[in-house]
Amino acid sequence: MKPRIAEPCDIDRLRTAYPSAFAPGYARRAAALAGISAVVGLFIFGVVWLGFSPSALVQGISKLGVILKLMFPPTAGQHMLVYLQALAQTLSIALLGTMLAALVAFPLSFLAARNVVGRWLLRFLTKRVFDAIRGIDTLVWALIFINVVGLGPFAGILAVAMSDVGAFGKLFSEAIETASPKPVEGVLSTGASKIQEVRFAIVPQVLPLLLSQVLYYFESNIRSATVIGIVGAGGIGLYLSNEIGQQSWDHVSFIILMILITVAIIDAVSGRLRRSIIGAQARS
Amino acid sequence: MAELTDTAQQRATGLLRDYGAAVRAKRIRAAMYFVALVICVLAASWSGEVDLRKFVEGLPRFGSYFRDITPTLRPATLGSDIAEWYWNFPVWLELLLETLLVAYVGTLAGATLGFFLCFFTSANISGNRTVSFVVKRALEFCRTVPDIVFALLFVFAIGLGPVPGVLAIAIHTAGALGKQFAEVIENIDLKPVEGLRSTGANWVDQIQFAVLPQVTSNFASYVLLRFEINVRGATVMGFVGAGGIGKELLGSIRQFYYSDVSAILLMIIATVVVIDLLTERLRHRLLGTAKV
Repeated sequence: MKPRIAEPCDIDRLRTAYPSAFAPGYARRAAALAGISAVVGLFIFGVVWLGFSPSALVQGISKLGVILKLMFPPTAGQHMLVYLQALAQTLSIALLGTMLAALVAFPLSFLAARNVVGRWLLRFLTKRVFDAIRGIDTLVWALIFINVVGLGPFAGILAVAMSDVGAFGKLFSEAIETASPKPVEGVLSTGASKIQEVRFAIVPQVLPLLLSQVLYYFESNIRSATVIGIVGAGGIGLYLSNEIGQQSWDHVSFIILMILITVAIIDAVSGRLRRSIIGAQARS
Repeated sequence: MAELTDTAQQRATGLLRDYGAAVRAKRIRAAMYFVALVICVLAASWSGEVDLRKFVEGLPRFGSYFRDITPTLRPATLGSDIAEWYWNFPVWLELLLETLLVAYVGTLAGATLGFFLCFFTSANISGNRTVSFVVKRALEFCRTVPDIVFALLFVFAIGLGPVPGVLAIAIHTAGALGKQFAEVIENIDLKPVEGLRSTGANWVDQIQFAVLPQVTSNFASYVLLRFEINVRGATVMGFVGAGGIGKELLGSIRQFYYSDVSAILLMIIATVVVIDLLTERLRHRLLGTAKV
């Protein structure tokens, strides 16, 4: 029974045996210090350049305190029905936008997947288009679609769909690329065409994963759908920005509360659905 | 011999029957989900004022919109055409830098706040249940309210400019990162923590010497991801007057300065793609060294 761990008195012996482990490591420390001071330096530069001033900040925070006090108690006043309708519209925008995006992105994502499309150029172009679409925020798409189909929730649906096509295209094609090649070989050995290969070898493998990603995006789209009303593309955001503009703070807090509750409910329901979809895949 | 084939056949028919029943059950379930989905979609289309005629009418306009914002570039006068397209380049560049700084300062401030709060909410190392519950709900509030809503409120309280944008991004980031940080901590190996506790180290020492070395690279990776997200978010802060390129973009879209729209959008896309590539490379390096 020899002890396997070094006794404290062995430290000197260990120090001579492994000098590098006990070396002070100035170079690493200097590099870390340089990195940290660069990060902090840029932060301080940013704070100065963006015009943070302590007095304005203190004033703003005290004003925020007043606003917070006026927010209680939250009340809808006469507008309960209008708010509920707008909230339903927000949910509709999120649902239809997500579904439209999934339907459009599903066929396109195969074009960007390495194991489906052999041509390098086509794949590269599809991927870059997805990147470009994702680079533009939903609110910008909302503004553009307002120019195309006019003010209202329809522009919101298209905006949510557009920015999600980019996200889904990337996620779907990555999921397709991780699909196992074995079923593909099996299906190909029967003389199947490209379409049959995709339908019977790849789609069954990736469908549960794709569905759970779509549900996840539905959850996050509810958050974006609450704000596209700010630029006039339908939903509760319009009322939120109007009430802030009119300084009806008790209505503002009521709307925020409504949004929080809705998001919590949808998260719970869709989280359960997602787990059951992924669980079904793990069991079979 | 005949008997044997019979049983095999019987077994085969039995299997086929079971298979048919299983497939039918699955199809019925799928059909039920599908019907539920169709009902939801119909209800949503009604509430979302979906008008297919408007869509069909709008579709060509969508194409022509992109044709309109495409600048006229002729090979003969390419230089002057580009100069005309990017006539306001210095101003846009400065606003774009401002946007990046808003995202950077907001991300770093929010990450710092989330860093200090996450230790109170991770189930495995936070001591006090009540504190943990309160901090958790506060973080949830911060990340559920969209950053642009915070920006609207702050613009009202503090005034126009990038400062409310930074604060809005910081608060939203604190909520999102606080949760992700706490999840990282909940997955660490607790043995080093126990080892330190056995030497009589206090809570702060335990975190510094047992928790932090395990989580730093994951934390940094999440911060970089959040920075990517916040760069996108900062581009629209200007829509509500909270600084950055958004104000110019809003103006050019609303007033139909077509070529300006494409010029600014192209600058934003290029910036976002470059930032994505850089942070992705950094994250791979961070996580790569962490795994070895």
